Amino acid sequence: MSTIASLQIGEMGYISEEALDFIPLKLLEMGCLPGAEVKLVQIAPLKDPIYICVNGSHLAIRKETAAQIQILKS
Amino acid sequence: MSKNDIKVALIGNPNTGKTSLFNQLTGLNQKVGNYPGITVDKKEGVSKLSSTQNAVITDLPGTYSINPTSLDESIVLKTLLKKDIATSPDVILVVADVENLKRNLLLFSQIKDLEIPTVLAINMVDQMVKKGISIDLTALEKELNTEVVLISARKNQGIQEVKEAIIRCYVTAKASPLCGINHQIDPDYFDALKKISPNYSLYELWLMVTQNNFPDTISSKEKEQLLEFKKDVSKLKKYQHKETIYRYQEINKILKKTYIVDKTKATDLRSRLDKIFTHKIFGYVFFVFLLLLIFQSIFDWASFPMDFIDGTFAKLSNYVKSNLPAGVFTDLLTEGIIPGIGGVLIFIPQIAILFMFIAILEETGYMSRVVFLMDKIMRRFGMNGKSIIPLISGTACAIPAIMATRTISSWKERLITILVTPFTTCSARLPVYAILIALIIPNKKIFGFLNLQGLVLLFLYALGFATAILAAYILNKTLKIKSKSFFVVEMPNYKLPSVKNVFFEVVEKTKSFVFEAGKIILALSIVLWFLASNGPSSFDNAEKNTIENVANQNLSDDELQQKIASAKLENSYIGILGKTIEPTIKPLGYDWKIGIALITSFAAREVFVGTLATIYSVEADDEDTSTIKQKMASEINIDTGKNRFNFPVGMSLMVFYAFAMQCMATLAIVKRETKTWKWPLIQLFGMGLLAYISSLITYQILS
Repeated sequence: MSTIASLQIGEMGYISEEALDFIPLKLLEMGCLPGAEVKLVQIAPLKDPIYICVNGSHLAIRKETAAQIQILKS
Repeated sequence: MSKNDIKVALIGNPNTGKTSLFNQLTGLNQKVGNYPGITVDKKEGVSKLSSTQNAVITDLPGTYSINPTSLDESIVLKTLLKKDIATSPDVILVVADVENLKRNLLLFSQIKDLEIPTVLAINMVDQMVKKGISIDLTALEKELNTEVVLISARKNQGIQEVKEAIIRCYVTAKASPLCGINHQIDPDYFDALKKISPNYSLYELWLMVTQNNFPDTISSKEKEQLLEFKKDVSKLKKYQHKETIYRYQEINKILKKTYIVDKTKATDLRSRLDKIFTHKIFGYVFFVFLLLLIFQSIFDWASFPMDFIDGTFAKLSNYVKSNLPAGVFTDLLTEGIIPGIGGVLIFIPQIAILFMFIAILEETGYMSRVVFLMDKIMRRFGMNGKSIIPLISGTACAIPAIMATRTISSWKERLITILVTPFTTCSARLPVYAILIALIIPNKKIFGFLNLQGLVLLFLYALGFATAILAAYILNKTLKIKSKSFFVVEMPNYKLPSVKNVFFEVVEKTKSFVFEAGKIILALSIVLWFLASNGPSSFDNAEKNTIENVANQNLSDDELQQKIASAKLENSYIGILGKTIEPTIKPLGYDWKIGIALITSFAAREVFVGTLATIYSVEADDEDTSTIKQKMASEINIDTGKNRFNFPVGMSLMVFYAFAMQCMATLAIVKRETKTWKWPLIQLFGMGLLAYISSLITYQILS
């Protein structure tokens, strides 16, 4: 199963419905919702954190968080 | 603030232009106070809504949700849950960014459910055409059951309409929940919750349970019942998730009818700039270059106003001295209070310039990119990408820097950042370094272009940073604090900084320095003055004895006065204190005179220079430090017969000042932010021990 952490730069996916319980509340509130399209914009030079765009929000999150969130690649 | 003023709470996501709106509404009528009960700064301002109606506007910290994850955000919840006629808001003004309306409406939907009268201001509407956004305002107002105002805070558009909407909202006092949300999740559960108290809305009760945040106004019986609901933690968590999803579903439904974006209009300025600023090599190169540029400008720009302040206070002191009758009060004024105030104000130029740069970096959105670049590195040392902002601010003054740690959500990461920030070279260390470098480092160029003195100063800066990082690493390994590290940072759009916002930010930060540090520096200056101008019986005899001792030396009047002043200081309480600690500091290469300067430096480090000036009885001519320098250069070490301030002593002193926690004001702030004396005491002794050992090694190796 792929997660947000396994996306390549510029690649997109949809957050899986099963991911709900693994998404921290704060990220949900910032628009990281099941079913939402997520795009990996940039990876920091030291491979972590990563910079994503989801539901119009541009967010930097750590890889460990991203690795918890399952996606379906589009 | 009068009784009839409308109390307005200003709330919004970060980066929505909330600060711009606050500045437009209140102008210069702003002040920073404390929230009752919690010692966190509260920004308030008075706004003239109409010719007869004023409002007191409280600018709450930016937050994405009412569920807090950091200290800053928890203030929002605390303020809103409090049911206290005197302080709880009459009207809530929510600011939203037109481009991120969906996410902004989440916070709005939570606020609405608190059932407090609310106005929604949608900001940055001047960007709508460019971004291809259109809004059906009438439909949106109907759907949200709220008055909505379209504004452009930076361009001062729609501000009048906001004021009118606040008055209307206050008068009608219409308040209804938007989502009525919790019934949808588990009707029985929430019905039982609602029954607990008629004084609170269902959502308020829900927040008390989920956030473990009970206002004083709730009865103990009600609280007991609420605590029952807290027991099933996994259920709470699940329901919170469901609640958020449900809110977004409702928001999506509303926006579908009222908000259209033409995606083809999107510009790619953001992605192009991001490619440069977050580039794996160029990103760091640019950041380092920017830092060097900032420090260079601070030195260049600040020296003129600093000399001016220094000179003005020296003149003022002399003027007062020669125009008031001699006596204890005049002495207190000219030797305690006036130099004390001068010692605070002298730092304003450097601090203001540095905070101007930091405000610009934050306003433009660049700071978030730095946080993104630095997170991985900082994490290795137990900190957070956000720690970079306090560490940079610390080069001006540790006080506002430590206050800037409030955005860090993990307590452990925040605590480590607070503990190591005082290692960064703050502006009070500079005068000490400057005079010591001038004394012991030859002013010559190496390799033809590098100034040796400048290089040593750069080394001291690097030493400060390196020690901060190293200390963080050790603290991270030794502190047994369990605290979940969580990191999410919004990468806002790039924009040009607003002059007004930068100006207000600089004023606020500088004020926090002047008042927090100022009162302590001033008080300590007076105490030190007292200790230096009073003493046991030997002090009273100092003048007589000196006159007798030098009777046959044929000294000029000035020289005699200087001898007397020196003798008095030696026999004063502080002189005795210096002599008492002399055996302890002798291995570092210091004598009792330097000992006195070390003690007085607890007011502020730069007092070192002034104290030595007094001890070496330089004429009160603060404008020209060369006389102090000359005196210091010619000071003889009695034991060796050579110069007191030779290379080993100078280096040992600089190392001491680099490491030691010689700042009462910082200790007070750390106590305030950590709510215990434990951490400031650990800083005081830990850093003191490090300073002592390092200086000892430095001196013993070099001499």
